[in-house]
Amino acid sequence: MSTGTFENWAGNIVDIGVIYPFEGSEFVLVIAGLVFWVCWHIRQMKAENAALDQQVKELSKEKLKSLDLDDLDV
Amino acid sequence: MDNELTALGVIFTEFYYWLTVVLMFLIHVGFCMYEVGASRHKNHIHTLMKNTMLIPLVTITFFFFGWWIYFAFPNGPGIIGGLNSADWAEPWSPLMGAHLGGVEDPDGWSRINGVFWAAFLLFSWTAASIVSGAVIERIRSGAFWILAVAIGSFFWIIDAAWGWSADGWMVQKLGYHDAYASGVIHAIAGGFALGVLCVLGPRIGKFAADGTPRNINPRNPWLVTIGLFLIYTGFWGFYVACNIPMWDIQAGDGVFYSATNIYLAPTTLSAITFNFLMSLSGGLMAAYWISKGDAFWTYSGGLAGIIAASSGNDLYHPIQAMFIACLGVIVAYKMHYWVERKFKIDDAVGAVAVHGYAGFFGVVICGFMLWGYPSSPNPEYAHITPWGQFIGAIIMFGVLGFLPGYVISKILNAMGVLRIPAAVEIAGLDSHAADEIEADRLAVIESERAEIQSLN
Repeated sequence: MSTGTFENWAGNIVDIGVIYPFEGSEFVLVIAGLVFWVCWHIRQMKAENAALDQQVKELSKEKLKSLDLDDLDV
Repeated sequence: MDNELTALGVIFTEFYYWLTVVLMFLIHVGFCMYEVGASRHKNHIHTLMKNTMLIPLVTITFFFFGWWIYFAFPNGPGIIGGLNSADWAEPWSPLMGAHLGGVEDPDGWSRINGVFWAAFLLFSWTAASIVSGAVIERIRSGAFWILAVAIGSFFWIIDAAWGWSADGWMVQKLGYHDAYASGVIHAIAGGFALGVLCVLGPRIGKFAADGTPRNINPRNPWLVTIGLFLIYTGFWGFYVACNIPMWDIQAGDGVFYSATNIYLAPTTLSAITFNFLMSLSGGLMAAYWISKGDAFWTYSGGLAGIIAASSGNDLYHPIQAMFIACLGVIVAYKMHYWVERKFKIDDAVGAVAVHGYAGFFGVVICGFMLWGYPSSPNPEYAHITPWGQFIGAIIMFGVLGFLPGYVISKILNAMGVLRIPAAVEIAGLDSHAADEIEADRLAVIESERAEIQSLN
């Protein structure tokens, strides 16, 4: 069993090209990577929107008035 | 790799680009320090994370499509030809991974692909990071990261394919010359940032009711200045990465190896070292003078000076580079305050000025300074002219910079995901985290008090 396409370094080195495992899976890896990237953005934006909505709820007018802006704005 | 000389050439080139990547990493360290130093305490963590996370997002997207665009788009496509074949840069290519070359790689991409990709990628981070500074303290992270991918992995690399490659259509038809990326990185990123700012709007309190701008000064000048020093340091790597270290430049019979710029026209590391330091000096001196010794503008002026001279810094005389840097800084400084007053644009760190206006100026002035010079070793390509450079500057700053920044921001704004709510902006983007930290602190103190009680 080998996940690579060569079994030792002792042969003619010019015959060796790819040295990463599972050669031939590149296209599937790219698709998986693209899905991961898009899902990351969607999940992040949902989480950020929810967090900001929560913050706005917590920041009542009274709480905003009570903030020490002099300290916050430095 | 079957003889020592070939192996030395290949491995030297591989190491050369790798080293530029390490140096350019410092640009990003500098940008992070600079932005955090320029932001207020209540926004520090948000500012840091906004800049940090563009690194992985631009990296993976530059792997997925950015690198391929560079080699596939030199003709437009659709301007002077179609898509070029670039199988070594397709994300599923075996050459986009650990590869020894073997029999299927006669051009040697297996050895160079990763380091060359990374050198371009670090430019991509820079383009996105330039935008990051301008929009601090009021943009949503998610919106910024979409914009970062757009400028870092799409628009800037299109302009590189067009105007910063040996056979780009702008080089062929306009004689476009931009050896160290005044327009290709800086003008486009500055234009993109301006497009975003037009939609995003200013921070609360930036302008008085009558429209008079107020200064929101950097909270930590030390962090800002050290950040800029680090950007200067990383800029050395940026300059060196713009060259090809060893290329046979002899046309016809014989060979003559030299460093070349990206257009494969000869230059030397000595030439660009003269000009880098002289333009840095000119920029610092002009900025100190025009800003009356303001530290923020003096340091930024050093950067703007280099950027203003970068288009032609492969060929200028060092004293020319110094004076061009002086002029570029004056233009950038004056433009910043004029645009701020006239259009109520809140560019928090002067990024549009330092990169956008200085970069635009640098491309245009190069057209006058190098008028009639060959833009390429290919004698059939157009020569450098003021009008070719001016059109090039418009394409960089306006067409590929400002327009996409404006349009994407409009879309994000229409979706309600561009700007943070006003209450959160006032309380600070870190206010939620600050509340949690305070709750944790009080809980620990409570436990310690309980422990003291149990000891009694």
